[in-house]
Amino acid sequence: MTNNTNTNHVDSFEKRKKKEEMKKQLISFALMIGFTIIAFIAVAADVMEPMFVVPLILILAVVQVAFQFYYFMHMKDKDHEMPATLMYGGVWAAALTLAGLILIVWW
Amino acid sequence: MSIAATQKRGFGAFLWDYITTVDHKKIAHLYLFGGGFFFLLGGLEAMIIRIQLATPENDFISAGLYNEMITMHGTTMIFLAAMPLLLGLMNAVMPLQIGARDVAFPFLNSLGFWLFMFGGILLNFSWFMGGGAPDAGWTAYAPLSTQSPGHGVDFYVLGLQISGAGTLMGGINFLATIVTMRAPGMTYMRMPLFSWATFITSVLILFAFPALTVGLFLLMFDRMFGSAFFDVALGGNTIIWQHLFWIFAHPEVYILILPVFGVFSDITATLSKKRLFGYTAMVFATILIAFLGFMVWAHHMFTVGLGPVANSIFAIATMAIAVPTGIKIFNWLATMWGGSITINSAMLWTLGFIPSFTIGGMTGIMLASAVADYQYHDTYFVVAHFHYVIVGGTVFGIMAALHFWWPKMFGRILHEGMGKLTFWLFFVGFHLTFFVQHFLGLMGMPRRYWVFLEDQGLDTGNMVSTIGAFLMAVGVVIFLINVFYTWAKGNKAPADPWDGRSLEWAISSPPPYYNFKQTPLVRGLDPLWVEKMEGKGEITPAEPLGDIHMPNSSILPFLISLGFTIAGFGFIFQVDHSAYLILVFAGIGLALLSMLIRSLKDDHGYHIKKEELEREAD
Repeated sequence: MTNNTNTNHVDSFEKRKKKEEMKKQLISFALMIGFTIIAFIAVAADVMEPMFVVPLILILAVVQVAFQFYYFMHMKDKDHEMPATLMYGGVWAAALTLAGLILIVWW
Repeated sequence: MSIAATQKRGFGAFLWDYITTVDHKKIAHLYLFGGGFFFLLGGLEAMIIRIQLATPENDFISAGLYNEMITMHGTTMIFLAAMPLLLGLMNAVMPLQIGARDVAFPFLNSLGFWLFMFGGILLNFSWFMGGGAPDAGWTAYAPLSTQSPGHGVDFYVLGLQISGAGTLMGGINFLATIVTMRAPGMTYMRMPLFSWATFITSVLILFAFPALTVGLFLLMFDRMFGSAFFDVALGGNTIIWQHLFWIFAHPEVYILILPVFGVFSDITATLSKKRLFGYTAMVFATILIAFLGFMVWAHHMFTVGLGPVANSIFAIATMAIAVPTGIKIFNWLATMWGGSITINSAMLWTLGFIPSFTIGGMTGIMLASAVADYQYHDTYFVVAHFHYVIVGGTVFGIMAALHFWWPKMFGRILHEGMGKLTFWLFFVGFHLTFFVQHFLGLMGMPRRYWVFLEDQGLDTGNMVSTIGAFLMAVGVVIFLINVFYTWAKGNKAPADPWDGRSLEWAISSPPPYYNFKQTPLVRGLDPLWVEKMEGKGEITPAEPLGDIHMPNSSILPFLISLGFTIAGFGFIFQVDHSAYLILVFAGIGLALLSMLIRSLKDDHGYHIKKEELEREAD
């Protein structure tokens, strides 16, 4: 609602902010590609124990999800409290369901 | 719905207007008439069930047809009657209450409605084609549903898949609307309880419906494409269906009840002329119910054999829900306490709701006890319980809301005498029908059986129950007469017939198509009441008069939904002959083409000019 709708005039501050934003996007994109390559190599190279590979891939996945949420979907920016709340609500509901099913199966 | 306008424009133009509309008030009318139609259909099925069970060993309908009746009664009432009627009320009232000109995505709103309507029609086509309606119960437990012959369950899967997609869209739309489109000053903690309930319900829809979607897809693949998710012989597991279904369907019952909690909160406060007692507690109780609603699904499965630990955890979580619900009941009572209460039809339904729903809640606690549930499971006690919460809660709430907001939605006030008669007939009929079912259940009458034997102590109870059902039917018929009477010669409604408190009563009845000429400025909880108390009596605008941006009408939502429905028929019948695949391609093609047009064609809507608004006097 408070967005600046004046598109004709872009001041230098806006410009610098956008440049900064683009840099962040590119860095996180490169990191995500890197993580994916690491994940593939970890499995393909066959040098690590599966006991080590599985948690490693899971950790990389969590970091990627965080990048996705916070950088690509802009959850780090202002006015994203409600989407963040709903997102974590959904994660919570899903985690709860999984925990319930795991409890039923293994207890 | 003014008659003069209808006659002037001719019926064709009137129909075209409603098919293409993206206005939330007209979509609300569509939801109410669509949901009302299916409510009558489900009620008819209920009457047939009750006639069959009126006397012992009756042969009014066959066993197979009875199974179809109970399945379609449950499915229709929950998915095609109660939920659309609630979505209709939300559409009609919520944007007005938060001071918005429409929902966030008007096109999506229309798409959501048409998907629901076509899904419901598809489901009911099963009566005429494909060897009978679905007959595996509204829960469609595997393996009964995977082995049910004919196409009945296929219609169930496709019909619910299509209408479920529509509901999911509705939920997302309401969320976006409430997050982004509240008027200046309308903070979250100033929202009327009905808008709060809409918000929480939408969250539940968003999180719960995907589980149903997944479950229905698995069932569809098992029945149509030879997969074996639920086939134990091939390594599948039938219990997965029950889990997926109840992970969805338990939040679903809160989707049905939370909106009417909001309705009753608004009605109680308005008609008692008091600020809602414990507003903050009410809001947090609603959130807490939604939160707990996701961790109790296995209480529908106590007798499946999950083990004592799982059963205990789910039993305790279930009982915990009684706490926020109790907070709500006491807050309503405290709101009325010492208030200046107007007892009209809307208030009667509210007063009738409190004891009825409390009985339903009490039997809920009884059922939550896993040990006792082994006795109650699959008996009429359960039937009595959930009808007490769904009819005594949801249906009473819908009726209260209809009487309360009818003037705002249609511009005319429902006849008060007929309204009261409807209430008393329905209220007495409801308790006659379902109270006695508690005892039938405790005496051992199982649910879903098409006959019972003579002289087992069940004869009188069942007869009483059937008589009660007929009283309810008479009540509904009188309500219909009331609707037609009001439509033809009811009193024109003033803008604020109940001395209201929230924003919807600050604009004319029915509201102009742009709702608010100027966005309202909200200065507190119950904004209209705040202004009335400070001697002004009308809402201060938050902006100068200016152009209003409006969306264009569109036929595309109708076409997209039609496409998916045609494809649905194709999916159902391609099992018999691959020529039916042509329907799949044609239907999906039509839907995709319509989506492509929507994506490529720029539609910026139009503006109502400032001068035009100035010309229209208030």
